[in-house]
Amino acid sequence: MSETGTPHIQLLFVHPFPHRSKVNRVLLDGVCDLPGVHVCDLYEQYPDFYIDKDREQQALMETNLLVVQHPFYWYSAPAMFKQWQDVVLEHGFAFGAGGDAMRGKDFLPVITVGQSEESYKPDGHNRHEMDEILYPYQCMANHCGMHYLEPIIIYSAHRQDENELARCVDHYRKRLINYRPGQETNHD
Amino acid sequence: MTEYGLLQNAIVYLSASVIAVPIMKRLGLGSVLGYLAAGTAIGPWGFGFVKNVEDIRHFAEFGVVLLLFIIGLELKPKTLWTMRRSIIGTGGSQLLFTSILLLLIGLALGYSFNTSLVVAMGLSLSSTAIALQSLKERNLLATHAGNSTFSVLLFQDIAVIPILALLPALGVVVADSGDSAWLGLLKAVGVIAAIVVGGHYLTRPIFRYIANTGMREIFTAFSLLLVFGISLLVNAVGMSMALGAFLAGVLLAESEYRHELEVEIEPFKGLLMGLFFISVGMSIDFGLLLKDPLIILALVVLLVLVKGAVLWLLAKAAKIPKSQSSLFVFLLSQGGEFAFVIFSVASGSGVLQQATVDYLVVIVALSMLSTPFLLLLYQHVIAPRFINLDQPPEPDAIEEDNPVIIAGFGRFGRTVGRLLHANGIATTILDHDPDQIETIRRFGYKVYYGDASRYEILHAAGADKAKLLIITIDDADAVLDIIDQVQKHFPNLTIITRARNNGHVYEILQRGVSLFRRELYESALQLGEEALKQLGFGAYRSKTATQVFHAYDKKLLRELHKTEAPEDRRLLSLQAREDIEQILTADAEEIAKDNRQGWD
Repeated sequence: MSETGTPHIQLLFVHPFPHRSKVNRVLLDGVCDLPGVHVCDLYEQYPDFYIDKDREQQALMETNLLVVQHPFYWYSAPAMFKQWQDVVLEHGFAFGAGGDAMRGKDFLPVITVGQSEESYKPDGHNRHEMDEILYPYQCMANHCGMHYLEPIIIYSAHRQDENELARCVDHYRKRLINYRPGQETNHD
Repeated sequence: MTEYGLLQNAIVYLSASVIAVPIMKRLGLGSVLGYLAAGTAIGPWGFGFVKNVEDIRHFAEFGVVLLLFIIGLELKPKTLWTMRRSIIGTGGSQLLFTSILLLLIGLALGYSFNTSLVVAMGLSLSSTAIALQSLKERNLLATHAGNSTFSVLLFQDIAVIPILALLPALGVVVADSGDSAWLGLLKAVGVIAAIVVGGHYLTRPIFRYIANTGMREIFTAFSLLLVFGISLLVNAVGMSMALGAFLAGVLLAESEYRHELEVEIEPFKGLLMGLFFISVGMSIDFGLLLKDPLIILALVVLLVLVKGAVLWLLAKAAKIPKSQSSLFVFLLSQGGEFAFVIFSVASGSGVLQQATVDYLVVIVALSMLSTPFLLLLYQHVIAPRFINLDQPPEPDAIEEDNPVIIAGFGRFGRTVGRLLHANGIATTILDHDPDQIETIRRFGYKVYYGDASRYEILHAAGADKAKLLIITIDDADAVLDIIDQVQKHFPNLTIITRARNNGHVYEILQRGVSLFRRELYESALQLGEEALKQLGFGAYRSKTATQVFHAYDKKLLRELHKTEAPEDRRLLSLQAREDIEQILTADAEEIAKDNRQGWD
């Protein structure tokens, strides 16, 4: 946390083609000006997938909350985030012997999803709850000693009208403004 | 000799070689025997075309000098140092024990001690020319036996100095040498020091200066001048010319001009060696042989047997593999060219009588003649028996055989080389620009001066053993020349090449080489990608757009190559330009229509 008491929020924006996106860009624009929020546009920063590990790890050290914002591609993040995990959250840093850099920090997924909320039910098209599908994120947080915060999921993203979208942005913004380290209880 | 006579002689030598050597080679008898046969045929006892045998032999001894220079070039000082035990141990024992045995035989035959000693020492030396030529011809220098043979010969070359110094002391007439022994030694040390220092500091700038003129014949002239100059200098202070040349070779072994030097000197060495063997053939005095055939032949056999026996024991002591020990024995079993020198000096200083020298010369020449036959015996009878027992061939200690050869080390090649070096891959680098070499050398790279389109240079660089040849020179025609040479002589070598433009690419593809990169092309693409980014495309979108463009363009290049007519090529290019534009802008149109399906 900075001296003024504002939490440090590291926001990883993971979208290969932001020029095609409406919702994700609006969401990002809605929060990027908040105090304490540091945005890293991974596809912009590392177009050839060669991630600057030291720089990313350094940024995480000072962070209270790690936000990952991305569209839902094949029930997961776009490929870049996997690469980021593999390179940055390495043994000895995020887990394993001496790997306690992420311990006690909070983790918040912000995901735009194409299909409807109903399709993510046991009797819906996808046959699984969103929580189940996001187990890898929960496991990651758990393995690194992070608190997994209740994710922000925006269903039927591309069908949102302007009002609905504005409400989503507002909710996202409030979550970040009201964020205090370690205050939110684990979501399950 | 008139000029006409000189030409006439040259024609005699050349014709005799051209006729005899190929025949002998065909028959599998080796080139040495061919030259010897040619010599006997044209000499005083054959058709009698040539009379001044002695002069010719003196001249032809430069062949041995050049041979040792080339061998020196292939031997780095470090390698030489690792051989010191073998040189002193095996070489010293050979000379000592052979001399003692021969001395005893001489005394038993009733000769005086002095005569026996001089003859024993002279005969215990072997023929560097025959042994090394045979080894090189059969590519056996790197074997254990080859190494030991070389050690013995090197020791003998050094030993000639004290032997020659000893002669006047043994003789009736004391030769008029102005210097005391100490002064002589001092001079010798001074000259060697001058060669070491000069070789290290002077040759490089001179070679560079000369190479800069771009005139190959001047480079050749300087190479020869260097070898002959050093040889005569060394000779002037009483050392053998061959030893001096060898020393000069070792000094230049680490020079970047090494390959080129070797290539320039090689043909002269070959011709002069040939001439030397011819002169040996001519020295066989058939008059004497016919007078006392049994005695002379018996003495030849005795000489070879005595030398062979000592060598056989040494082979055991030096742990030469059984399969190679008879090779070692046969290679060194003859009398050598130094015997001619020692005996003629000895007769000059009155230790030996001319009649004795005549006999000895015939014996030595005949023993030299026996070696090629003994080697045939080894090759066809002895070696085949060991084929299954033999271990895998030993690694080549002399040649530098890196897996990668880089031809051209300018701005392009240097980047390639740095990447490979950073990954611990050893490369042999060739470049043809002396200024370039000088610059690169300052950055700590080892670069050889040489034209990679020449077979000899490629061979010297180890093209027969390398996995990969990377051509990074900018001259489009030279690239094609190198490809042609490599495909002709080293079909197993994989080629990766820099290509200049599309036209050049078609030529490269035509030759079946498919691993190429167009120079400037990829950096131009990257600059284009940067431009897209600056225009607000986003880094990843710019990258993807560039990749799509690149993939499409690569496909187009192969299609254009298949298209012969220029007009067809033009149409194909135009069509391709439309296609790629359509692909890349389709994205924007979809967005404009707000036709996004799901993934936002």
